[in-house]
Amino acid sequence: MSHAQRREEPDVAVVGGGVVGASIAWGLARKGTRVAVLDEGDTAFRASRGNFALVWVQSKGLGMAEYAAWTKRSAEAWPRLAAELKQETGIDVAHQQPGGFMLCLSDAEMQARIDATKRLHNQPDMVKYPYEILDHAETKRRLPAIGKDVVGSIYCPLDGHVNSLRLFRALHVAMSQGGVDYRPNHPVEAIAAEQGGFNVRGPWGELRSGKIVLAAGLGNARLAPMLGLKAPVKPSKGQIIVTEKVAHFLHNPVVTVRQTDEGGVMVGDSQEDLGFDTAVRNPVVSVMAERAIRMFPLLAGLNVVRTWSALRVMSPDGFPIYDQSQSFPGAFVATCHSGVTLAANHVLALAPLIREGALPAEFQPFSARRLHVPSAA
Amino acid sequence: MFRRLHDVEGKRVTFTVDGRSATARAGDTVSAALLANGVEVCRTTPVSGAPRAPYCMMGVCFECLVTIDGNGNRQGCLIAIEEGMLVETQKGARAVAVDGRAGAGA
Amino acid sequence: MNELRDVSSLSERYDIVVVGAGPAGLAAATTSSELGASTLVLDENAGPGGQIYRAVTSTPVSAREILGEDYWRGAELATAFRASSSSYARGATVWSVGPALDESGCSEALEIGVSLGGSARLIQAREVILATGALERPFPIPGWTLPGVMTAGAAQIALKSSGLVPDGRVVVAGCGPLLYLLTEQLRAAGANIVALIETTPRTNWAQALRQFPDFVRSPYLTKGLKLLWGARRHLRIVSGATGLQASGDGRMTEVTFRLRGKEERLACDLLLLHQGVAPNINLSNATGCVHDWDDGQLAWIPRVDEWFLSTVPGVSIAGDGAGIAGAESAPLRGRIAAIAAATRLGLIGADERDRRATPVRAELSRALRGRLFLDALYQPAKEFRIPTEENVTVCRCEEVTAGQIRETVALGVVGPNQMKSFLRCGMGPCQGRLCGLTVTEMIAEARGVSPQEVGYYRLRPPVKPVTLAELAALPKTEAAMRAVVR
Repeated sequence: MSHAQRREEPDVAVVGGGVVGASIAWGLARKGTRVAVLDEGDTAFRASRGNFALVWVQSKGLGMAEYAAWTKRSAEAWPRLAAELKQETGIDVAHQQPGGFMLCLSDAEMQARIDATKRLHNQPDMVKYPYEILDHAETKRRLPAIGKDVVGSIYCPLDGHVNSLRLFRALHVAMSQGGVDYRPNHPVEAIAAEQGGFNVRGPWGELRSGKIVLAAGLGNARLAPMLGLKAPVKPSKGQIIVTEKVAHFLHNPVVTVRQTDEGGVMVGDSQEDLGFDTAVRNPVVSVMAERAIRMFPLLAGLNVVRTWSALRVMSPDGFPIYDQSQSFPGAFVATCHSGVTLAANHVLALAPLIREGALPAEFQPFSARRLHVPSAA
Repeated sequence: MFRRLHDVEGKRVTFTVDGRSATARAGDTVSAALLANGVEVCRTTPVSGAPRAPYCMMGVCFECLVTIDGNGNRQGCLIAIEEGMLVETQKGARAVAVDGRAGAGA
Repeated sequence: MNELRDVSSLSERYDIVVVGAGPAGLAAATTSSELGASTLVLDENAGPGGQIYRAVTSTPVSAREILGEDYWRGAELATAFRASSSSYARGATVWSVGPALDESGCSEALEIGVSLGGSARLIQAREVILATGALERPFPIPGWTLPGVMTAGAAQIALKSSGLVPDGRVVVAGCGPLLYLLTEQLRAAGANIVALIETTPRTNWAQALRQFPDFVRSPYLTKGLKLLWGARRHLRIVSGATGLQASGDGRMTEVTFRLRGKEERLACDLLLLHQGVAPNINLSNATGCVHDWDDGQLAWIPRVDEWFLSTVPGVSIAGDGAGIAGAESAPLRGRIAAIAAATRLGLIGADERDRRATPVRAELSRALRGRLFLDALYQPAKEFRIPTEENVTVCRCEEVTAGQIRETVALGVVGPNQMKSFLRCGMGPCQGRLCGLTVTEMIAEARGVSPQEVGYYRLRPPVKPVTLAELAALPKTEAAMRAVVR
């Protein structure tokens, strides 16, 4: 920590130092805002540690066309984010956008995928982007390593992936270079609006700031009501398998299998509502492993060097919550479960709006008011 | 780097290292057999291509990784040498065959 | 003893599963089967003995004086084990231990993930005794990753298991009783030991002397003196060396160090490093056992009660895995853990448990005499635990340097799990076995806090590699299918 950067009263306090908080904090700092980030410690839940590193467009937004547009916009802005991070920090986050696949292992799966895709694209006001429905032969031509069980796939040229750990590191270096006062081991207990600003309290003491952004993931549920906001997010458990480093064979990300730039293969993904349980459990690992092998038979003999599980930050409908407080202007909440995909928007679009002090009308669909949540006690 | 104590008995085992014929003693691990045959570098790393060799010989360091009978990244210090084994040193990340087998070193 | 050679011949469930066939594991299993518990020992090596008694039933080294009398004690443990009714699987890798959950998520037993002959299987046990022993402390000096640099233990394994002796000039460096033992063994086997470079800080003597009375009453005094005298008679010993480095192009060819301000270079063919051992905690960590930092041993020790029961119900830890205490203590701890496990299983009552355990505890207390002295005397020097040069490799698997770690602490990263996310250290196949202690201590030092506060990597199974195919063949549930196929 650089003590020289400690500010007594930053313009903005960001609660949460994960990919969402760090993106917003850097986005603010590079515009000249004085920012402090309050982060938890080494063993916090940290959804950011547990992401699949996809920059993914296809299949998103069924039920909220605005989310599809927001996602597409971020994917298209990602090359700019990568370039600016590289310029600012020297770190290459290995962003690639070769197009991504959803592979189907049965006719029923394929039909369900096609139906969902059609429903998505038929929505009113749905943003247009290309996608292809491919049979086994065409999928095989593009992904030579697939197995005979793959009946077909849906391909979208906008999909890509990134080295998410390097992204995280780059954001932290960028924050540091941008003068952000990053404070780990600073869990937030309470926030109160006071005298035209906000007072944030924890076991470490107090901090006053002009504005406040809640980007605390699962912690937002508890903190938002303190600022007249709502963020009814819940944990959604996901498990991941990681293999040893292998010579490159898979250039395109598949939604549940991707090869990182460093060579390891990541296999996902599962979704369970088990509260805050993060134990790795064998039956889920087994199902994921078997499907991955059916998709790519050569994975069978690879050694698994790591498994982990993490808690996605999930809103009731799965869409982000971006909100500004009516009762306490200057208080914002930002939460999503696709913090990597949306990082470009968070840095380049959302942060400047927060700096200006208000979210425009286009953000209404993302407000938690859509969720008809009963008032907090 | 290593030689055998002169009074060591034991059945001779013949195997190959990178295609070259070599002998070891039944009861040797693959790593011990390689060391006994003067193989000082068993792989280069996937991260930087740096040369590595067994460090701990007890299954903890994962430096002794070699390809055995077509299967890559096996811990040589935990596997007994066997007659006719094909042992290959590794270059970088484990190679895979797109036709369905994960296996041999590059 | 009933040997099982393939994974399908393991039973679905045992009373007690022992992980590790070193002295603690062999003694635990012999005792537990004597007390009527159905027992299985799983060990990843080719034969029983663990590290200290490696290859004790199969070593080609027939001249007893080469390996020393202590080594052959292991044969007695192996013989008793062979005569017991325990089951045993060699070449079996345990990759996970956790609660066996039924459909409603409740757990009555423990589930062990084991891989044998290329197939993985989950078996159950009511009690598990982890006896996975210790591993050599990392020794992060410049050049330690070069071919031609190995641990002292590695050379000992090559000797015991295969009768291999280093050919060429050998330099042995570090501190700790094992260094002297190994030097003696290698010398007796005909190796050319050019120098023994001692890195024990002179200041350790002051701390150690506080424990001296205890040491005098211990079996180590005469043993130690014999070893020391034997060593000094035959070779060059360099004491209080600093700035140790290995260098060479593509392989190590030279060792450099500083002695009383002067730099010295030694051309050599093999550098053997050793600065003590630490508990191998990967399995206990992944199982969820709580560990505490021990300032005396400079390592993480699992928290266990007087019966060696960990903080996870049904999981006990015996031997050096519960804290470094040496080969004589290990079987005694194993016996105590087995006696307590059998009691929890209802095979014997509390009175009989205490009656059996009391003499073992007395023997254990005698065997532990002198350990604190050794711990204090042979505490590795800070410069060899916390490297100062920027380019020293700390994480060998992912090639992360000391400089990178310090830079990242300066960014505000407070612990090893965040550090892992930032730099990938600890993400390689060794899962932190060779970098974890260094990373914890480096972060502690950079932040000015205790290692206890910094913590350690949080590990998950598999703690040893299993193939994706092996995992794919494990049982699946409806709930798991629904969680994945959406």
